[in-house]
This record gives sequence, C-alpha cells and structure tokens, in this order.
Amino acid sequence: MDLLTTPLHDAFAPIAISFVLAAIGLNIHYGYTGLLNFGQAAFAAVGAYGMAVMIVSFDVPLVPALLLGLVFAVLLALVMGLPTLRLRADYLAIVTIAVAEIARLVFSTSFKSYFNARDGVQGFTADFRALNPYPDDVNGVLGFSRNDLWVVTVGWVLVALVLVYVALLMRSPWGRVLKSIREDEDAVRSLGKNVYSYKLQALILGGVIGAMGGFIGALGKGSVQPDSFNTDFTFIAFTMLILGGAARVMSPVVGAVLFWFLLTFMDVLLKRITGDDGFVPGWLLNPDQTGNVRFMVVGLVLMLLMIFRPQGIFGDKKELAIDAR
Amino acid sequence: MQIGTRAADTPPRPQTRGRGGIPSHRSLLRFLAPLLLALAILGVAPSAQAASAAEDGFRVTVNLRDTSNDNAPVEGVDITATPTGGEAVEATTDADGRAVLEIPAEFQGATVLVELDEDTLPDGASMREGAPAEQTVTLNISTVGVTFLIGEDNRNVMTTWDRVPASIYNGLLFGLIMAMAALGLSMVFGTTGLTNFSHGELVTFGAVCTMLLNTSLGVPFLLAVPITVVAAVGVGWLQDRFLWAPLRHRGIGLIAMMIVSIGLQFFLRNFFAYITGSRTEVYDEYATGAGSDFAGLFTYTTRDLVVAGVCIVVLATVIAGLSYTRLGRATRAVADNPALAAATGINVDRVVSTVWMVGTALAALAGTFLAFQLGVTYQIGQLMLLLLFAACCVGGLGSVWGALVGSLIIGVLIELSALVIPPDLKNAGALLLLVIILLVRPQGLLGRRERIG
Repeated sequence: MDLLTTPLHDAFAPIAISFVLAAIGLNIHYGYTGLLNFGQAAFAAVGAYGMAVMIVSFDVPLVPALLLGLVFAVLLALVMGLPTLRLRADYLAIVTIAVAEIARLVFSTSFKSYFNARDGVQGFTADFRALNPYPDDVNGVLGFSRNDLWVVTVGWVLVALVLVYVALLMRSPWGRVLKSIREDEDAVRSLGKNVYSYKLQALILGGVIGAMGGFIGALGKGSVQPDSFNTDFTFIAFTMLILGGAARVMSPVVGAVLFWFLLTFMDVLLKRITGDDGFVPGWLLNPDQTGNVRFMVVGLVLMLLMIFRPQGIFGDKKELAIDAR
Repeated sequence: MQIGTRAADTPPRPQTRGRGGIPSHRSLLRFLAPLLLALAILGVAPSAQAASAAEDGFRVTVNLRDTSNDNAPVEGVDITATPTGGEAVEATTDADGRAVLEIPAEFQGATVLVELDEDTLPDGASMREGAPAEQTVTLNISTVGVTFLIGEDNRNVMTTWDRVPASIYNGLLFGLIMAMAALGLSMVFGTTGLTNFSHGELVTFGAVCTMLLNTSLGVPFLLAVPITVVAAVGVGWLQDRFLWAPLRHRGIGLIAMMIVSIGLQFFLRNFFAYITGSRTEVYDEYATGAGSDFAGLFTYTTRDLVVAGVCIVVLATVIAGLSYTRLGRATRAVADNPALAAATGINVDRVVSTVWMVGTALAALAGTFLAFQLGVTYQIGQLMLLLLFAACCVGGLGSVWGALVGSLIIGVLIELSALVIPPDLKNAGALLLLVIILLVRPQGLLGRRERIG
C-alpha cells in the first residue's frame, strides 16, 4: 500500500508546503505580472536563514525573527528589482538567477560563525515546537510525527490565508493593473500608471510569500542548508506552477501537490522494480540512479507542458499571452 | 572549481588531478545533494542525526604545536572552557599536545570561552606575538576545534603579488576554453533570440562523450576529440531539427522557449548523471602533464599549451568564417534582421540550423578541454551556465568579439578574485560583475546600443 500512502504523505508534507508557497510567489511574479524571477530560491533562503540565524545567533524570539525574515525578503526584492525592472524580461531572469547563486555561495562559504557553511543552521525550532497544541500521542496520522503534524497544520493554514489574500488582491484594481502589465506594458504606461512601481510591488509581494515557504521548509526539516536553495528549487517551483496553470489562484497548490505525489510515486515504483527483487536489471537502472530518472522525467514534463499545454491544468490560454519581447 | 591555482613552487600536477581538481566541498555537494534531496523528498529530517550527535554532549578539542620547535606537541598546558551560564571545564594537554573538553549537551548553540593558561606553557614556548590566549566558539557541531598559535610565524607564505602571474595565466587559459562555449551561446542568441539555459549541458556532452569513447571504448584521446566534435554537430542538428525549428514554426514565444530550454537542461543534466553514475571521472590519457616553469612566474604544461593553441585556432576560424564567408555573412544578416534576411533570399532555417551545429560543436569541444580542470562530471554544465551568461553579457550578448572578450575577462577575474576572497566564493565575483554590467551598461562592453528596456 506504500505505493499510495507514501506519495500522499509527501504531497502534504512540510517540504511540499514550502514549494506551494514558493510557487504562489512565482505565480504573482510570472503568472500575473509577467516577471521572470529565476531567483525564487534566494527569497526562500533569505527567509529561512533570516529566521534561523536570528533565533540561534541573536536570541531573537520566534515572532520577531519571522518578521525579520520577511523584512530581509523585502530588501532582497529591492536589491534585485530596483536596477533591473526597467530592463527587458530576460535580463531580469539572468540577474535574479545570478543573485540567487551569489546568495547560495555566500551562505555556504562565508560568515561561517552564523551560517555554518554546508552543515547549515540548526536548533531554532524549540519556540515553535513549544506552541504545538497536539497531545503527545497523536503520532502516526498519515505517517506524520507530532512535530510534523504541527508544521503541516500551520503550513496549510498559512497557504489558505495567502490564497484568500492573493485571490482578493487579484480581483482588486491593483491586481487588474498587474495583469494588464503582463499583457501590454506600454498600454498601461500610456494610461498614466507607474509600471515600474507596480512591478516592484509585485516582486516584493511574491518574494515575501517565497520567504514564508522558506520558513515552513526550515521548521519542517529543523535545519537550513544552503544546498536546498540551488537553482533547481526555483525551476521545480516553476514546473509546479506551469503544471497547475499560471495566473490561477489555486494552480500552485494543485501543481505542487500533484508534482510531489507523482515524484514520490515514481520513486516508490522505481525502487520497487529495481534492486535485488525488481525485474529491471542492474546494468540498466540501479536503485541509486532512480533519482536521476525521476528528474529526467521532470525535465521532459516541463518541456512537453510548455510546448503542448502552456496553460497547464487550469489555465486559460487566451488570458496568458506569455511573451515579453 | 579549481582552474589550477597552484603555487608556482608546488610539484607537477598530482596523479589524481582530475578528481582532486574539484575542491572537497564540490565532491561533498555531489555526494550529499542526491542524499539530501532523497531525504527531503521522503520528508525525513536530517536534523534527526544532528540531534543524536548533540545528545552525547559537545567536545572542544585543542591541539597545541610549537612552530619554533619544529612543530613539536606542547604538553602540560591548562585549558579552560566556560560555556555561557555554565560551569568551567578544565583539561591539560597530553603528550601529543591534545586536550579534549567535554561540554554537556544542554549547551547546544551556546558560546564557549576557551582560555589557555600562559603560565603553564613549558619553558621556551610562548604564545605567538599578537595571538590571543582566549577565544570564543559556538557549539553547533558536536566537535569544535580551537587553535592557539604558539611559537614564531615561520610559514613560508607566498604573497598575493607572487601569485598574480599564475592566476592571470590560469584565468586566460580558462577564459579561452570558455570563449568557445560562450561564442556558441552568443551565436544562438544572436540568430534566434533564445536565451538557451541548456547550453551548459552541451558543454557537459563534450566531456562525457569524450570520456565514454576514451575510457569505456578505448579510443585514443586524440581520435576521441574529433569524434566528439562530429557527434556534437549531429546533436546540434538533431535538436534544431526536432525541437527548436518546430517551436519557431509554431510561433511559440521566446519566454516559453526559454522555459523549454530549462526543461531540456533538467533532462540532460540528469541524463548525464544517470550515464556517469554521478561520479567524477578522468580521461585515460593526458590526465596529468609534467609542469615546466616559466621564468619563475608560473608553471605550464605542454597539454595546456596545446589546448590553448587549439582554442585560438578554432576561435579564429569561426570568427573569420563569420566575417568573410558567404554563410558567415548570411548568419550576421539573420542576426541583424531575420525577416529582411529572408526577403533577400537567405534560407533562414538553414542558417539557424548551421548555427546550432557550430554552436553545439564549440560547446562540446570546450567541455572536452574543461574536463581536464573540472573532471568529467555531470555538474560541468550547471557550473558553466551562469559563467557563460556572465561572459556573454559582460562582452555583449549576441556579439562575436564580445563573447571572446567577456570570457577572457571573466576567466581572469575568477582567478584573480580567488586571491582576495575565499576561493569557494570566486564564482560569485563573476556573477557580481554580471549584475553590475547589466546595471551600468546593459548592452555589454562591445554590444550594440539599442533600447533594452
């Protein structure tokens, strides 16, 4: 039965929630505003590191530490956005991916007394776990431990709140301006709107939501490591968003949950048909290589989706004219 | 990434150059990345292990050596460790100069003041001038090492300035190799407008293909390289014929094509990881070379000179071809204005197809040579991609000379920056230059001035 229960567990686990939030942020950037942010990993990293380092090294209580994490995300958005948002879309893409890599390299090699290089930061979950209202004997609900269950509860409540907020925002005049920027920047400019300012606000909002994803991922894992925030993080979040369908409120959730479900399903399946009791011979595929095969499929799915169904599961092809040049 | 930042007086490249050429953090990353990913996917927290390590308490280790006395261990020195808000722990160094101070697990994350009692230093031994006798450490890993400096500073340190010539030489070599890949990326961008995120994987293709021919099939390296280049021409034709050309004809947007190239990058990188078993390999031949000294400034190997020579010849050929041949002029016409080029009777599709073939071959040849320095690993592409973007943007995206100049600048910058910032961080310097260039001169150093916003 683990062929279904393990994927189901993973599809709702903290790591999935952190990707849901990252993808919601990307949805605001790419889906609604048409900004190509390839540095979403940096926002999640800055959020997670901001919270963890503040708690561990500076003894800041949990809530102010969370707020500081969000402030850092805002600052990062300003650093990325102020200089680049006037440039063509692919320049923003290259700058954001470069900034994200710089951030990852700094986290993994510099200020070792705070960031601990590749070991990462640990020991910041005490305050959060102390708030856990679940009784001690709830172990095993869907395979989640008591701590995980608390993170999952908080995470999904947060996702729900963010979704409601995004839905309301996008129905507001502000959201309509964003969508029109995506469709035709010059037309919006000619109506007297400050396109630059709107883009910057969108970048900040999506980045802050990405930082929340960093919080949930960090609290779920109990540690923050630089290598969890490489460029693959951003690209996986992108795949989830496009799988669900950009510019739809619910699509990041559906995309991310479906993505993790299928990824873990493939893992369990491949592990089962390889190795000593599987029928696939070792020279073709040994259990160590199943991870590669799964991500080859991810790449293929992203390509095929983009070619044959760029609107994803829910999207509306007419609404989304994805081309910025 | 290590592009041979050897000190000038070190012996020739060791046998394990190809493997050892990647600093340990890279290999660590290579081994840990799939593991961490698997753990993350399974929802298992690595913190479980970290916590169990901490449950046994923390150990602060001190290892005392006297540099004035031939690095002899210093015995009988009292060391005190006081965690904030806790009791002091004392220990005395043993015959090996070692002392281990055990600190209870409850002090996780606490700051510990470690003091050396200078009065207990044996006769003849004294603290190095300016070296502190007390230090603070933070308990976040189970064993924390503390160093106290005793004796004269007699390390034979090369000054930063002494290493500059070697860095420039290594940077130029790396830049020349990178220029071939950057030229391909720039040509594809120029003719199709596509920012190709999968270009790095074409670099990996060269390394992996040569390695398979050389080590698995036993083809001599000098024969394997041309076969790889021919295979790369085939790959270039295939990907244009069956992927990019149909996409162009469907009128799919450039942003969408860019995301398709990200998918292709994901696919190819994991495909190469699958083929190589995520290991780092070396070629059977020319893995090491005897180093020769150049006027005491830097060491070079015959292999590196041949590589550089090949790069220069290939680059000169391609640039001359673009400037003087019919096809080259057609290529520049397409890059300038595809519609107008088509109207003058140029077969745009054939030009673009040629560009893909040449670009892929250049990238593969660069990969073949880069593997001397980086080892044959599926990670070459991911590592190179952003450096290639940096090189192209610094020089001017779409400009032929820009790709060459940008690559040389980035290559030298990476090596020189390693002299002043931690070597692990040297790629960040290149990326920072990329960001700065895009801010102050978005068209790059040699790019054409046009409206970019």
